[in-house]
Amino acid sequence: MSSFRRQRVVALSSTVLAVGAGLSLYTANAFSQQEERADAALNQLVHEPPTMEDLEASDLHPELKRVIRYGHDLFTNTQQLRGEYVFNDMNCSSCHLGEGRVPFSAPVWAAAITLPDFRGKNQHVNNLEERIAGCFAYSMNGTPPEYGSDEMLALSAYHQWLATGAPMYPDKPIYGRGFPAPEQPEAPSYTRGEAAYQENCAICHQEDGSGHYENGEYVFPAPWGDGSNNWGAGIARVETMAGFIYQNMPLGQPRSLTGQQAWDIAYYINSQERPQDPRYTGDVAETAERFGPTFHNRSLYGQTREHDGHVLGDHANFGEKGDTQPWNVGVPRFEHLSEE
Amino acid sequence: MKTARGSRLSLLLGACLMASTSMAQEGDIARGEEASSTCVACHQANGGGMNIPGGESWPRLAGLNADYIAKQLHDFKSGDRQNATMMTFANMLNDQQIVDVAAYYSQLPATAGQGGDNADEALLARGQQLAERGDWNAYIVSCQSCHGPGGRGVGKTFPGIAGQHSGYIAAQLNAWKNEVRSNDPQNLMGAIAKRMSEEDIQAVSAWYATQPSAEGEATQ
Repeated sequence: MSSFRRQRVVALSSTVLAVGAGLSLYTANAFSQQEERADAALNQLVHEPPTMEDLEASDLHPELKRVIRYGHDLFTNTQQLRGEYVFNDMNCSSCHLGEGRVPFSAPVWAAAITLPDFRGKNQHVNNLEERIAGCFAYSMNGTPPEYGSDEMLALSAYHQWLATGAPMYPDKPIYGRGFPAPEQPEAPSYTRGEAAYQENCAICHQEDGSGHYENGEYVFPAPWGDGSNNWGAGIARVETMAGFIYQNMPLGQPRSLTGQQAWDIAYYINSQERPQDPRYTGDVAETAERFGPTFHNRSLYGQTREHDGHVLGDHANFGEKGDTQPWNVGVPRFEHLSEE
Repeated sequence: MKTARGSRLSLLLGACLMASTSMAQEGDIARGEEASSTCVACHQANGGGMNIPGGESWPRLAGLNADYIAKQLHDFKSGDRQNATMMTFANMLNDQQIVDVAAYYSQLPATAGQGGDNADEALLARGQQLAERGDWNAYIVSCQSCHGPGGRGVGKTFPGIAGQHSGYIAAQLNAWKNEVRSNDPQNLMGAIAKRMSEEDIQAVSAWYATQPSAEGEATQ
């Protein structure tokens, strides 16, 4: 609960900052030093992760460099795991833009310096590998590589290396963490969202939200449908999607849409169907209720779509993964400590 | 407003299908070849164009998406894309001839890009980085995130840039940067070009000039 509240605070100050600094942040350097910036008074942790060029120039062990390079490759081309661990059209970098380094695009190094920590979504303490495993089960609509496997070790090595030099368990809020949502002047509207989506997003993501393949190669991710994340992914929450859109879309033009447009588009996108939540009990209302307080209270899962009466998530379509059940979902931990 | 959106959606649908194939049904290749007599002086009989160091390079048209070519010709006519030379020549073509020449050039085998051969290794490495990964510190997204894997183009909207001449690519990026060209959808290219340094532009232009314009095709 308290971690939610802290995120809210960061989101709020980041929004203020976004309004103040605007696009100028990105024209010079997305990571410009804290003292050079208008937000210095916010006293946040600003971290500029190393680049792949920095990796080559570093004196890390050549074997470690190889593993970090593999982690980077998995992160930016996660489709190489398609059919084994990934069952939709997404890459990690579809949502974590800029190779997971960029502020306001949920930079992934933040996980490496804040975990292990309690996670509201699954109600226990998660480490970095378990957090990454969550992405496989929900955002990638798949099932994770085993803890300690080559893939998992390489991905976590990449995360941790991106955090090079950042303090563990920082005592300041992290600049650019997550997808801070903009302010919402009015309640989101499906109709306005549809119009704004067709106007601003469809040229790449297509009118029907199916994304785009060119000559069989994946180019633009699918915002909904079987190629997209399932109902249990963080971005299925309207607030998170609104933040992602506002801070990152259209590609290359962060914060060019109004906050209202971002909320409307997010509401429209998250009112479309996608693969079932792997926590599905067999009944959408029951699932929505059971995971409401920890998750679905902020998604539209289980709600009735106004214009056609469709109940969102009321289906047994798990997408391409079929009846593959991600092994990490619904596994409690540290139960023997719960008496203390 | 509604009509504009409707027509754009139908065009988008067209892009989902093989755009060049669907265009070819409307455009007539034989008629296009005939009409292309006004184009060959610069764009060459094989549609390969020419890289002209220090001058105005003539782009390769061979193998480009037909809808993309047609849109550019319409934009030259209307002034949405500004180029004095091309405005003159585009004005010689009527709407049918535009569709025809677009169909003709789109089916010509793509030729190799010119102008990247003398670039040094460091410049090409920077070009490859921008093409494949971008430079997010400057919020320059990778070229291939829109122009597709290998920079070979995506649908009718994002043209193939691999195997294009370096002089032409550089001139266009500079045109976007300096707001001389702005006929891209939603300022998608303009926003990026403005963040690119002169060296970035030279690097990425040289890199794509050395890259194959179609999968599996030799560079030279």
